[in-house]
Amino acid sequence: MTPRVEAAVAGVVRQEWSRVVATLTRDLGSLDLAEDAAQEAAETALATWPAQGVPDRPGAWITTVARRRAIDRLRRERVGRHKAELLGRLDERVQGGHDHMDDETAVRDDQLRLIFGCCHPAIRVEDQMALTLRSVAGLTTSEIARAFLIPEPTMAQRLVRAKRKIAGAGIPFVIPPDHELLKRLAVVQGVIYLVFNEGYNASVGDELVRRELCDEAIRLARLLVDLTTDDAESMGLLAMCLLTHSRRDARVSADGDVVLLEDQDRGRWDSGMIDEGMAVLERAYRLGRPGPLQLQAAIAATHARAAEPQDTNWRSIALLYEELVGYRPTAVVRLNHAVAVAMADGADTGLALLADPELAEALETYPYYHAACADLLGRTGALDDARSAYRRAIELTEDAPEIRLLEAKLAALG
Amino acid sequence: MKYLALIYSDESDATANPPEGSPEMEAIMQDYFAFGAAGGEAGVVLGGDALLPTPMATSVQVRDGETITTDGPFAETKEQLGGYYLLDCENLDEAIAWAARIPHAALGTVEVRPVIEFEQD
Repeated sequence: MTPRVEAAVAGVVRQEWSRVVATLTRDLGSLDLAEDAAQEAAETALATWPAQGVPDRPGAWITTVARRRAIDRLRRERVGRHKAELLGRLDERVQGGHDHMDDETAVRDDQLRLIFGCCHPAIRVEDQMALTLRSVAGLTTSEIARAFLIPEPTMAQRLVRAKRKIAGAGIPFVIPPDHELLKRLAVVQGVIYLVFNEGYNASVGDELVRRELCDEAIRLARLLVDLTTDDAESMGLLAMCLLTHSRRDARVSADGDVVLLEDQDRGRWDSGMIDEGMAVLERAYRLGRPGPLQLQAAIAATHARAAEPQDTNWRSIALLYEELVGYRPTAVVRLNHAVAVAMADGADTGLALLADPELAEALETYPYYHAACADLLGRTGALDDARSAYRRAIELTEDAPEIRLLEAKLAALG
Repeated sequence: MKYLALIYSDESDATANPPEGSPEMEAIMQDYFAFGAAGGEAGVVLGGDALLPTPMATSVQVRDGETITTDGPFAETKEQLGGYYLLDCENLDEAIAWAARIPHAALGTVEVRPVIEFEQD
């Protein structure tokens, strides 16, 4: 079996993974059992498909084999009250010809249940991320570990802990009731957003699987849009990821240096991704339910529309950030707002916002705050202050390419 | 599934724990009666108690066969245990929904902990 065939089979398995795990979780009532069964079946697929060909309905194939394995395993283990029930149900599914996976709506509901279970607020956030990437995106434990720069046994432990919490605390795999739905969706969107950011912050020198987290996040966002059908914020999330990721080839120079937005070669932006992002955002707008993710997407879209940096509609961006501050009054959002205002209305206006004592205190250890101040101070001619601010920013930065960028800006002040 | 809802709040905070007999304390007690009634009717609340505050606590340890008693709770904490309810719920979501209705969820913290149920075989 060639590596290419192996990769192709693995690709098919991964594509079907969330549907398979979702269906099995419902069948077995346990994510842990579901994944073990799915894993065994996937290994069989990997062993037999290259020779026999990929079946017409690979997901159904894996699910059926997994159910058989689960039945075998349950029979071998001590049978208690619950297990008898479970075996009965499973036997029915395998023999009765009733193929749950034929019912598209049912499978999609199961997938939503799986996602909401993995992203339950009672699970700590980093575990939600790991669990979602494992159970929904179908990444291996090893891939997730390498993507997050964490040793594999540690990541394996994280997944074990998360699944134990689900089983031990009785976290249900259900679609939340209407009055909780938007709030819980926001948690899911938050997890996907964090995964995207993790990938976006990866440097060129990092392993490919780390940088590919952006692609995984986009895939998850697409799935969420697909499953929720008319959730504007989920579309906003997808649009934001697409529009941001479209710049990936322009963000880093040949030497591995950071290229700021205003210096990027816009010819290297992925126009297909931009078009798609704009289209998704347009669909979101039509639903008439604004929200912070749509705003972030709109900001990215405004940048994407500018053929050259000087064409950027900063007034529009400033207004969008002002609205975003309303939803997310965090120091970082206010910083971004101030920078946009500076671009639209002049450095002095921006500096006045940045000088707000509460903001300054909150961002004292945030390098981008000092870098932004330095940039604006430089524009107003306050060169000594600008130099101090750049030095402070450099002090606070650990990332080598970013340090080089800041040092270059410091030097450029003269 | 059974869950214990452990009710924590800052004993020294007059908003969370108003003086005995004050109108504010009466209001909180009323809310607790209402919660207990609703929970009992729903078959969710199996029991519960309010506890005297931590100055009334005694900590007991046995070391090398010696019983050691100390005045006060086992540890100094920002919020202290003030009471509990035993809940019977379908799953964690239901337990969380009921825990959120406990008056001190808004004035302190309610910890929801699954009870181990040993299987009779």
